Amino acid sequence: MALSTERLGLFNPEKPMENRLTDLGPRHFWQYFPPIIQNNYGKWKYHEILEPGVLVHVSETGDKVFTVRCGGCRFMSVEHIREMCEIADKYCEGYLRFTTRNNIEFMTDSHEKMEALKKDLQGRKHVTGSYKFPIGGTGAGITNIVHTQGFLHCHTPATDASSMVKAVLDDLFEYFQGMTLPAQVRISMACCLNMCGAVHCSDIALLGYHRKPPVIDHEVMDKLCEIPLVIAACPTGAISPAKTEDGKKTVKIKDERCMFCGNCYTMCMAVPLADKEGDGVTILAGGKISNRITPPEFSKVVVPWLPNEFPRYPDVCAHVKRIVETYAAGANKYERIGDWAKRIGWERFFEKCDLPFSDHLIDDYRLQYDTYRTTTQFKYTEAAWAVSRAAGGIE
Amino acid sequence: MAFEPREEQKELKYDELRIYSDEELNNYTDEELKDFKCKHEIPDVDELEKGPWPSFVADTKREALHRKKLSNDRMLIDADVAEDLLGQLQVSFDDGETHWKHGGIVGVFGYGGGVIGRYSDLQEQFPSVAHFHTMRVNQPNSKYYNTDYLRSICDLWEYRGSGLLNMHGSTGDIVFLGTTTEQLEPVFYELGHVLQQDLGGSGSNLRTPSCCLGKSRCEWSCIDTQDMCYELTHYYQDELHRPAFPYKFKFKFDGCPNGCVASIARSDMSYIGTWKDDIRIDQEAVQAYIGGEIPPNGGAHAGKDWGKFDIEKEVINLCPTGCMWMEDGKLMIDDRECTRCMHCINVMPRALRPGTDTGCSILFGAKAPILEGAQMATLTIPFVKCEAPYENIKDIVEKVWDWWMEEGKNRERLGELIQRFGIPKFLEMLELPPMPQMVTEPRSNPYIFWKSEDVPGGFERDINAYRAKHKR
Repeated sequence: MALSTERLGLFNPEKPMENRLTDLGPRHFWQYFPPIIQNNYGKWKYHEILEPGVLVHVSETGDKVFTVRCGGCRFMSVEHIREMCEIADKYCEGYLRFTTRNNIEFMTDSHEKMEALKKDLQGRKHVTGSYKFPIGGTGAGITNIVHTQGFLHCHTPATDASSMVKAVLDDLFEYFQGMTLPAQVRISMACCLNMCGAVHCSDIALLGYHRKPPVIDHEVMDKLCEIPLVIAACPTGAISPAKTEDGKKTVKIKDERCMFCGNCYTMCMAVPLADKEGDGVTILAGGKISNRITPPEFSKVVVPWLPNEFPRYPDVCAHVKRIVETYAAGANKYERIGDWAKRIGWERFFEKCDLPFSDHLIDDYRLQYDTYRTTTQFKYTEAAWAVSRAAGGIE
Repeated sequence: MAFEPREEQKELKYDELRIYSDEELNNYTDEELKDFKCKHEIPDVDELEKGPWPSFVADTKREALHRKKLSNDRMLIDADVAEDLLGQLQVSFDDGETHWKHGGIVGVFGYGGGVIGRYSDLQEQFPSVAHFHTMRVNQPNSKYYNTDYLRSICDLWEYRGSGLLNMHGSTGDIVFLGTTTEQLEPVFYELGHVLQQDLGGSGSNLRTPSCCLGKSRCEWSCIDTQDMCYELTHYYQDELHRPAFPYKFKFKFDGCPNGCVASIARSDMSYIGTWKDDIRIDQEAVQAYIGGEIPPNGGAHAGKDWGKFDIEKEVINLCPTGCMWMEDGKLMIDDRECTRCMHCINVMPRALRPGTDTGCSILFGAKAPILEGAQMATLTIPFVKCEAPYENIKDIVEKVWDWWMEEGKNRERLGELIQRFGIPKFLEMLELPPMPQMVTEPRSNPYIFWKSEDVPGGFERDINAYRAKHKR
């Protein structure tokens, strides 16, 4: 059966439940494994990164699969996918895969084919000059930035996603194509605190953040929202019932209690938070997922807020690059950003990365006590002298 | 070994399914693309075409030109949808605020998820994106494709949608971005009847499960991640499509503790492959690493000169449990003390391999910060054998869901419920004994919630009997 070109296709609005197929689930994965993958399923013995972006996996059977990993935008057009298909048909028997971090992987079963594939991929550029399929993203480097929808498709963002990722990766491109860092650096981006991207365990996380409490649309509050749900949505109890002068049911907000999470807006369209001056970017660092050496770790806020400088975010890019380069210069082999920061002490991290430390960076939410330092072990940095001076302890 | 689908898979041949001819698909030249100008003034968006990283703007313009040159009766969504999207992006940059309206309840009959309503708040200026709904399509597990399938969904989505999509969304779905309410049912019918393909989850239901690439191309995977993911996704289709939970629920399957799909950070029920026998050692390969014949860590550090490989410094001393040593030129491991962090295996993949008695650990309750703060998943079940059809795992899943649906508040994730009730209550429900591995350390306060039955004589006491001994 071909895809239909009728306006409503196979759907008959007169009888919407007729011939309805439901609960089919995803298609089965096995048919999409190329023969080399099917034949060696569960038999892989070891792998090696031949050069940045190029992997070979060797099977117990002696078979080898060569993978070329390419960076890509998760937001893409069908035209782009068709070009991938053309490449896959030419070199990879019509198969390809995507990674969790939105890279594209082309696989072949011979070194020769891999070299031809690589050459082809490197030559493909958009007419305005950017690579279509940059090769890299392996080993001790920076791979693709996972991200969220931003202004392209989301109703709650505090910044844009695709543009920020493009700007940051243009800036860090050498690290995508190289493996010069002490360990891998995973960067993630989420355009609001809902974190569809789950950026909270990344070496570096870029997070869009609102800074103004919601503005209340009293006209429609009672018509469009369940007021008790809006009130219950607030984690700090900042929202309470109220009435307008003309007697409409609405809510009021204690501004000083608002932590700008936007949970109320998720429940109710009458309390938008977005604001050009208020919104911006928070940077977190030092998180990871892997259990390697040290347990998984949350990322910590290291820059409370930077402005949204569309479309290239020079300040965000500069901060990210500074953290990456300071880490690269100081960390031991195999040490992730968070492990390095812990070893040298967070006070030293701020000093080395030349990041100001403000009260915004000290937790005052629910689990704050876990972060209090309760030992006499600390390092002297300029921030420590400043406190000693302020307390009259030194001149 | 080959895996069998639950239902026979219709073979999809693009040549039989296709909508567009070759001429239609190749309807523009690079020259035309260079000359192409978006119908809206978009200076900041254009700026994003510069630089080496792939430009989503350049790609979107390619789609815009392609659609512009297609005959109008060959698409059911406006030809200029991509241009309007870029135009709205520019206005969003100018205003520093998004121009998508809040929500909108749309969907397909019988499903409570899979479709997310999206409307522009600049409908006069950008009419082609006035309705721009999302459809989540459940990806094949671990995201391998053939080109017949991909080309077919491309034709479908170009014809009935914007031709723009995410490969993939954060949860794992193929995310179709942008169609009208009218086309939701037709797209669903085409997906189901022609492509034998279902939508994914959204809202308060089981979200589309996802997994790492597992044994398909990784030597470390301890479980058949795709098969587990496929089986549980199919088995729980009702929970995936019809929201009946307090909030979202995510399954993710990692083949080993390296955690490439980040299940420990972002799934309510995280399955992580592990082993319970000994790490396999090839002593000859150990010597080859020591002798510098094989690059450490699969060559991951080749871009910088880190000096000669030093097994003491790079492996033995970095082992978190200190359970490795060299003896008579051989690498020794006290496997009983090993916590399977994967470091030594990552550094010397040709010398060390995970054991062969494999299964998974199950952890519960990870989530992003909304609302009570981010949570990592908590180790609850140390080792479970993973054999199809995974009945032992389904039993656990259903116990957890029953409890969460009974006790969970609206929009309370499982991790938050566990915190509200405490691990002891969670274990009672699971009918599991406690173990020290569930915590990093025992409690430092003695505020134990003793129960009446824990104490001889129970809590019922007679004040008069007490007073007989103790005057007021």
